[in-house]
Amino acid sequence: MSATVDAATGTPLPAVDAGATRNSRSIWRRILAQRPAVIGLTILSFLFAVALFADVLATYNPERSVLGIETRAQGAVARAAPCIHALGCAADRPEHWMGLDGNVIDEFARVVFGARVSLLIGFVTVGVAIVAGLIIGAVAGYAGGWIDNILMRIMDVFLAFPALLLSIVIVTILGAGLVNAMIAVAIVAIPIYARVMRASVLSIREQDYVTAARAMGESAFGILLRRVIPNSLTPMIVQGTLGIGTAVLEVAALSFLGLGAQIPTPEWGQMIGREYNNLQNAPHLIFFPGIALTLTVLGFNLLGDGLRDAFDPRLTR
Amino acid sequence: MIQFIVRRLFTSIPVMLGVVVIVFILVRVIPGDPCTATLGERANAARCAEFNARIGLDQPIPVQLGIYLKDVVTLDLGMSSKFGRPVTEVLLQRLPTTIELTFYALVFAIVVGMGLGIVAASRRNSAADVGAMMLANLGVSIPVFVLGLVMAFFFAVILKGTPFALPGVAAGRLSPGFRFDTIPEAWGIATLDGPLRGILDFLSNMYTINGLLTFQFDLFIDAFRHLILPAIALGTIPMAIIARMTRSSLLEVMGLDYVRTARAKGLRGRIVLFRHGLRNAMLPVVTVIGLSIGGLLSGAVLTETIFGLTGVGITISQAITSRDYAVIQGVALFVALVYVVVNLLTDISYGFLDPRVRPS
Repeated sequence: MSATVDAATGTPLPAVDAGATRNSRSIWRRILAQRPAVIGLTILSFLFAVALFADVLATYNPERSVLGIETRAQGAVARAAPCIHALGCAADRPEHWMGLDGNVIDEFARVVFGARVSLLIGFVTVGVAIVAGLIIGAVAGYAGGWIDNILMRIMDVFLAFPALLLSIVIVTILGAGLVNAMIAVAIVAIPIYARVMRASVLSIREQDYVTAARAMGESAFGILLRRVIPNSLTPMIVQGTLGIGTAVLEVAALSFLGLGAQIPTPEWGQMIGREYNNLQNAPHLIFFPGIALTLTVLGFNLLGDGLRDAFDPRLTR
Repeated sequence: MIQFIVRRLFTSIPVMLGVVVIVFILVRVIPGDPCTATLGERANAARCAEFNARIGLDQPIPVQLGIYLKDVVTLDLGMSSKFGRPVTEVLLQRLPTTIELTFYALVFAIVVGMGLGIVAASRRNSAADVGAMMLANLGVSIPVFVLGLVMAFFFAVILKGTPFALPGVAAGRLSPGFRFDTIPEAWGIATLDGPLRGILDFLSNMYTINGLLTFQFDLFIDAFRHLILPAIALGTIPMAIIARMTRSSLLEVMGLDYVRTARAKGLRGRIVLFRHGLRNAMLPVVTVIGLSIGGLLSGAVLTETIFGLTGVGITISQAITSRDYAVIQGVALFVALVYVVVNLLTDISYGFLDPRVRPS
């Protein structure tokens, strides 16, 4: 192992940087050895492909009624059942794999574009929560004393409220809408990341290379930014992967209640919320977005479980 | 033990006080006011001044807080601006629905969750284990409202007209037109008054309890049939979490030396599993059961919405939209109380499960 030295400051870099390629290869092997992680990755790859090629997959506009293009005689009525030629739907009627919704919009297009919306919701929401949690947790853990006490007690108060109720209150303060729902879910999630970050900062703070950096006169902020944070990211990534599933679920729940995404945005929770009273005559409008939502959450949960087991051998089953 | 409980209840007073004050201030930060939310287009300056004076909103916020805290001690939670009735009355009427729902959801979660966990751990890596864990993974991933609607479609629409049909979406708590007696009526003490009457009326509103206490078994069955789907929908996420925790905790314990010793003495596998394994594996399971109760209250909002149950979950989401400060505060107080009591019960149960953990 060559002695890697930071050219600017002349301080040795943490050992984890050396041989990074070898390490990352073995981490990948450990992740791929976890069956849940492989299944999760497969589901998520499929969803990413759907989100990426949504324009190609969906032949209809997800936000516009087909009424201008098709006539009522061709079956273009609100909540029409799926029409698939291979399954015996009359050949003169246009195909709608998942039927039409209450606004006579192609449901397949909405479900497919919904993948884009939901993945975006998951990553952005958790990203915001992770950054905020990382800052709060790192400051609390590294500073200690009364700063730590105040920050963590505030986090405790947030954790005492049931998550959905707290996010409903925050959305009410901010006003209903997809972005505000995402902000609310992100705020509610911050304490979890702050706690995880603080715990890992507390253990890393005592490592020899941190002491070394301090002895060489590196500033507290520099140590935090260059030594502590990079080395405490693993538990945050694991927690974040599990958190994306939860975030997608919670934003969907808010949208279901009418507080999140608004029409015409193709968001699965909102699509179910608008149509659940028609369960009896149009179950396809519940099932397809419901399956998509479950699959997404399942994918992130399985991958998160796999990552946790891969990084924490003590928990291996 | 009693000393421990009393001390814990006293130390939880600051937490409760904190929640009351924070919620009190938070609801007043929400844009919009109860007057315009309640009166709508009829709201004008004069009417609102009169409206605010009637429910005490014309005072400065610190004064309002002081009055509120003084009233809370005497169990007076103020007037609901939306219903025009005391908050305690609204809560007493709607709490039974939520308590019944969450109780059956929790029973489902514990029984099925621990059952799956035990089966999975005792036949590790078998088809039963893989199946149980797949079910658990699916259980934590399926949204409460999707599961509720899918089950409602199957049991209320597909099976309609068969003996297996169950009441589905927006079906409420009882079949339409179902008549029943309250507990005081059934017991022939309808003239009773005072706090005892209040308690009995509260219990009467939990229809399954009412049905059992007054031998109105048709009431019990009808109410229970209406609760099956909502309770399963609500209980599935905690069920899955409990199943996973039971399995991993049991596997860890079953690998310990004293379990091997018990096996070596020739004890039957089932006795080792239940007496030596399960009992010692219960601590983390009890912890997750306690933690999942907050989640049940969140899920109750969605479950009550789908199945048309007017419980606390629906009440709080309505109260937030209509800026009904007193009701929001009342429900928040209840949630905080549940949080404190559940934590206390969890700590007490540790002592029973593991004699080394003595409450102190």
